[in-house]
Formats: sequence, C-alpha cells, structure tokens
Amino acid sequence: MTKDAIKSTIIKAILEIAPDIEEDEIELNENIQRSLEIDSFDFLKILTQIDRETGVSVPEVDYAKVDTIENMAEYILGHL
Amino acid sequence: MSQFLMPSLGADMESAILMEWLVKKGDKVTKGQVIAEIETSKGVIEIEVFEDGIIEELLVEEETECIVGTPLAIINSDSKETKNTKKETEKNTDIKEEVSKNNEIIEEVVETKNIQIDKEQKERLKVSPAARKKADELGIDLSKITTKDGEIHLAQIESSLSFNSDVPTKKEVKTVEEKIDKKDSMRQAIAAAMSLSNAEIPHYYLETSINMTPALNYLEELNKQRSVEDRILPVALLIRAVVLALQDVPQLNGFWIDNSHQISEDIHPGIAIALRKGGLMTPALLDAKRLNLSETMENLGDLISRTRGGKLRSSEMTKQTITITNLGDLGVQSVFGVIYPPQLAVVGLGAIIDFPWAQDDTLCVRKVMKATIAGDHRATDGRVGASFLDKLNKYLQNPKELL
Repeated sequence: MTKDAIKSTIIKAILEIAPDIEEDEIELNENIQRSLEIDSFDFLKILTQIDRETGVSVPEVDYAKVDTIENMAEYILGHL
Repeated sequence: MSQFLMPSLGADMESAILMEWLVKKGDKVTKGQVIAEIETSKGVIEIEVFEDGIIEELLVEEETECIVGTPLAIINSDSKETKNTKKETEKNTDIKEEVSKNNEIIEEVVETKNIQIDKEQKERLKVSPAARKKADELGIDLSKITTKDGEIHLAQIESSLSFNSDVPTKKEVKTVEEKIDKKDSMRQAIAAAMSLSNAEIPHYYLETSINMTPALNYLEELNKQRSVEDRILPVALLIRAVVLALQDVPQLNGFWIDNSHQISEDIHPGIAIALRKGGLMTPALLDAKRLNLSETMENLGDLISRTRGGKLRSSEMTKQTITITNLGDLGVQSVFGVIYPPQLAVVGLGAIIDFPWAQDDTLCVRKVMKATIAGDHRATDGRVGASFLDKLNKYLQNPKELL
C-alpha cells in the first residue's frame, strides 16, 4: 500500500462516517478532529475502519501521532 | 380502552407526518414498544406506547400529517395490569402533562416573540394533508394556489393542474426552503427554552478541577485488551461517573414543576450532541443507572449516531432528567450550562488537558478536567451541587468502581 493509497483510504473513511463533510473541506495538514468537527466517537470509528482496511490498529498512546491525515498516513505506512 | 395520541416531542413541534405503522390491528403491544415512525423537524422519530395492550384500531393512514394530540390509534389496555404499574403510569402521565404544560409556556414565548413565523405556520396548516401530499408528488408550489376561504384541498390541487398547465414545478426549491425551515424551527425551540430558563431559573454555578490521570491510566490499561472498536472513550467513563454521583446526590436529578421539587428515581441524562449542520439536541441516555461501563459506551455511541443520522425514539426526546454537556473535544476548559426547564441541573465537562498539579508537596503535571454544575437555586442550594462534584471527583479517583 502506498502512502497515497492510505490517504485516500483515510479520506474515504472520513466521508463515510461523517457524510455531511464535503471532500473539498478536507485539508491534509489540519487537525482532523478540530478542522472537521469530528468528535471522539467519530474519530474512533475512523480508526476502526482504518484497522479493518489496513490491519494497523493505532493504540491510544499514539493518538497524538495521527492528528492530521498526513501524519496518520505516515504512521500507518510505518506500521504496515 | 385508551387513545394513543400524536405526542409532543418538543416546544417547536406542532405536527408531524405519520410515515409508517409498525403494528397492525389486533397486534399485542408492550409498554415501550415502537409502534410507528413519524417525521418531524428533527428527523424521523420512532414513537412508543406507554402501556401494554392490544391494537384495537389504527385511526390514521400512513403519510398523513397530524397535529400534536391527534388520536392515532385505539389501544385496548391489559386489564391484568397490577396496581403498582398503574400508579407508575399515572405518575408518568402527570409529569408528562406538566412537561407539556411547560412546553405550552415555551410555545407562548415563541408566539409572542415570533408572530410572523407563527402566522406562516398557521397558514401552512390550512392545506389538507391529502392536498399537500398530492402537491408534493406533482411538485406544485402551494403558495401559488389561491382559494376563496384560504384553505387548500385536494380538489384545488387537481383543478390547478387541469387549468394551469404552466404551474411551476418548484419541488427542488421547496426542498431547500424546507431544510432552512427545519433548521430555523430548531433554532426557535432552543431560543424559547433558553430564554425561559434564563428568565425563570435562578442558576448557581460551581466548578472543580479533577485530576483525571488515574482514570485515564485505568482506561488505557482496559483498552489495551480491547480491539479498536471496543475501546471505551473517556466521555463514557465520565458519564458513568456522573450517573453514580447522581445516585448519591439524587436532589439534582428530576424536575421543578408547579413550585415543587420532584426527584426522579430513574436517571435519564440528556446528552448534548451538536449537529454538524448546526443546532443541538439532547436526547436521553435511557435508564443510565442500569448500564455498566461497556454498556454506557455502547448505548452512547448508538445514541449519537442515531441523533446525527437517523432515528431517535419518542422517549429519548422527552424523558431527560438532567443534562450533561461536554465541550472538551473543542478544547474548551469550562462550560457553565443553561438549565433546560423543567430540569434541575446541567453538568458541564471541559477538555482534559496537561496542567500543573500540586500533590504531596511536589509540583507535577497531571491530566486535569474542569467539571461544573449549574443548579436551580429554587430546588437545591450550593451545598448539594458541591456534594455532587465531590462525589464525582471521588469516583474518578477510584475508576475501578466505574466498571
């Protein structure tokens, strides 16, 4: 899986879980939760989806490392 | 034998469309069973029966718009009902009446403040349901139809179609307008309830800082053994702690109705949930004291997704005994709530942040959360609120008790 493929997986997960978000609102380097008003429940759903599709489960201690889409993709790439 | 009426699910609700019956004539129903789906400005709501019985007759057809209080069905109640449950039902009805009385007051506020909107709504109500449905199907703009008495019936729709071949098909525009209308009616309802609250309820506010490090460490250990989707979020732990503290300090859980303080045995916290498109709903996490930590998490997740995307139940819209608001996700440190009448208190939970903390003569860094309570001073004094916050803190320092 390439980093770009991971990014689109993340974006797809966000759009599925929060259907009222438009794709062009999503910024790769912004904090996912704050910029898109994703609460902790939706964030957990996103991580669940990522776990299902990539097999990488992000432990809670590493949440700070997956705050933006760019960082999340980097993290997942390193843990595949 | 009793009539099942279109319930009022909020101050802004005048009517709703009965979308689908989930039972038919002759079906046996039990208290709390969902028997129909209605569409309101807050989305599709599942409505429940309040008693055991048999459906004697369904009085309205599907896709009919009914104003609040319209009889929808006749239910033959179970005569074997024990005295106890009867009493409980009566008590519930009493509270419901009071709540709806209160809603009337709120409605009055809306009326005086917004005569214009009220007038528009009344005008809209003069369209018969069948006519509205037909117009909807055909995409006819109802405001383009004029009649002698101002009322629009099916006949007028049909005649407007045969004589006016150039009736504009405004279906798309209409949907957009309706959406704005719905959002606006939610805004009006919030405005009315909050104005009433600030005008009538003498609030007192208390705040305390809680060291969340023990609770978060405990949660981290717990979550290590769980898959991503079964993880417990801090907010579930917090709600569980609030519910346990309320069992110790029940005076804050209930209602202020007719100048009297009514403590509720059941705990149904209304959870403030922001809608991404704007607006706010506070559906009840029903019977929270019967839920353990995992169940609290599960039911909360379910409640949030149903609030945002789908179907709430009528009991979830009406049974709240207290409100919990959590603005921590956005980094807010303290939130002091406005009490939703006729409730007695709002618990506010802020963000959990790294903070300097003095412990055993040393200064260290801890995860700290500010918890607040806004209480109705008519019903309770600051001491009750203080005792609640103290209990809340104690539970969070001993997170094992929250399982």
